[in-house]
Amino acid sequence: MDFWKNCKPYGWVLGALAGVLFLGIGAVQGQFDVIWKKAVMICLECIGIG
Amino acid sequence: MRNRLRLTVQLLFTIVTNGYMYGFLNGRIYRGGLKYACVPGLNCYSCPGAVAACPIGALQALLNQRGFQIPFAALGVFFVFGSLLGRFVCGWLCPFGLAQDLLHKIPLFKKRKRLPFHRILKYGKYAALILLVCGGSMFLFGGLAKVPAFCKYLCPSGTLLGAIPLLSANEALRGQAAGLFLWKLGILLGILLLSVKVYRPFCQYLCPLGAIYGWFNGFSLVQIQWDQGNCVSCGACERACPAALSLQEISRSPECIRCGKCADACPKKCLHFTGRPWYNSAESQSS
Repeated sequence: MDFWKNCKPYGWVLGALAGVLFLGIGAVQGQFDVIWKKAVMICLECIGIG
Repeated sequence: MRNRLRLTVQLLFTIVTNGYMYGFLNGRIYRGGLKYACVPGLNCYSCPGAVAACPIGALQALLNQRGFQIPFAALGVFFVFGSLLGRFVCGWLCPFGLAQDLLHKIPLFKKRKRLPFHRILKYGKYAALILLVCGGSMFLFGGLAKVPAFCKYLCPSGTLLGAIPLLSANEALRGQAAGLFLWKLGILLGILLLSVKVYRPFCQYLCPLGAIYGWFNGFSLVQIQWDQGNCVSCGACERACPAALSLQEISRSPECIRCGKCADACPKKCLHFTGRPWYNSAESQSS
């Protein structure tokens, strides 16, 4: 119990590191290309047409 | 003082992240390399001015792919921004939050902090996240295809920042607007009108991004710290809190957007922003 209480102040470090790791995995898997392709086309659903 | 600073940051961030003026003038959107990245707040990537992607839109785009793949890129964005800032993003960096803040300043109606049945309604944002963002994107929804259900049926930011400026400048798109557009316009108008009376109704009850960042509030780097030793329990912070949070809930609660009004209201200055989550009142008294 005390272990987790002591760890909590550093939770943001673990979270940020996990985030960077996830971004890296996403980049390797080409997920940013998927995001870019979606983001540079007008999203018809978003504007209530599609 | 801090309120003015917050408004300035909100305006500057909205202008910088939606600064592609050519798009507004010609009814087109930015197609450059910056759109590989996501902004932290809810900002439709079909806004003609948007220079980066929307994190909820990115999550849906990844879940919309054929088969199932863990959306690491979107999770990475949530973990990095969430761990550093928590819902500070909502209070300081979200364009749709800014729109609601400005509307709430209009001196019309008696202001309310919350809607009736708040204790139940606040779970609406988790429902939107699970049912519309994740469920709608992963499973068949409304027919035979996966759809970005949140963007399509609910997102008022898409209507305000994307649809209205695009349809105003692009005649070909304007000709295609029909029932779905009217549905989304109705939702936008309803939320905007409600914002005049109730503090940030979309953020409190419907925003899936707020639901995600709220989870990080308990341990994010940026916090509002309470120096218990100097507190005289006058209740000024609780009265100033636009989300009607108690002193114990301020900063750590998933509902706190770190607007800082509590810190401004404190006569003893025992509430303040800190980038040190391990900092505590005992430490402050000994130093």
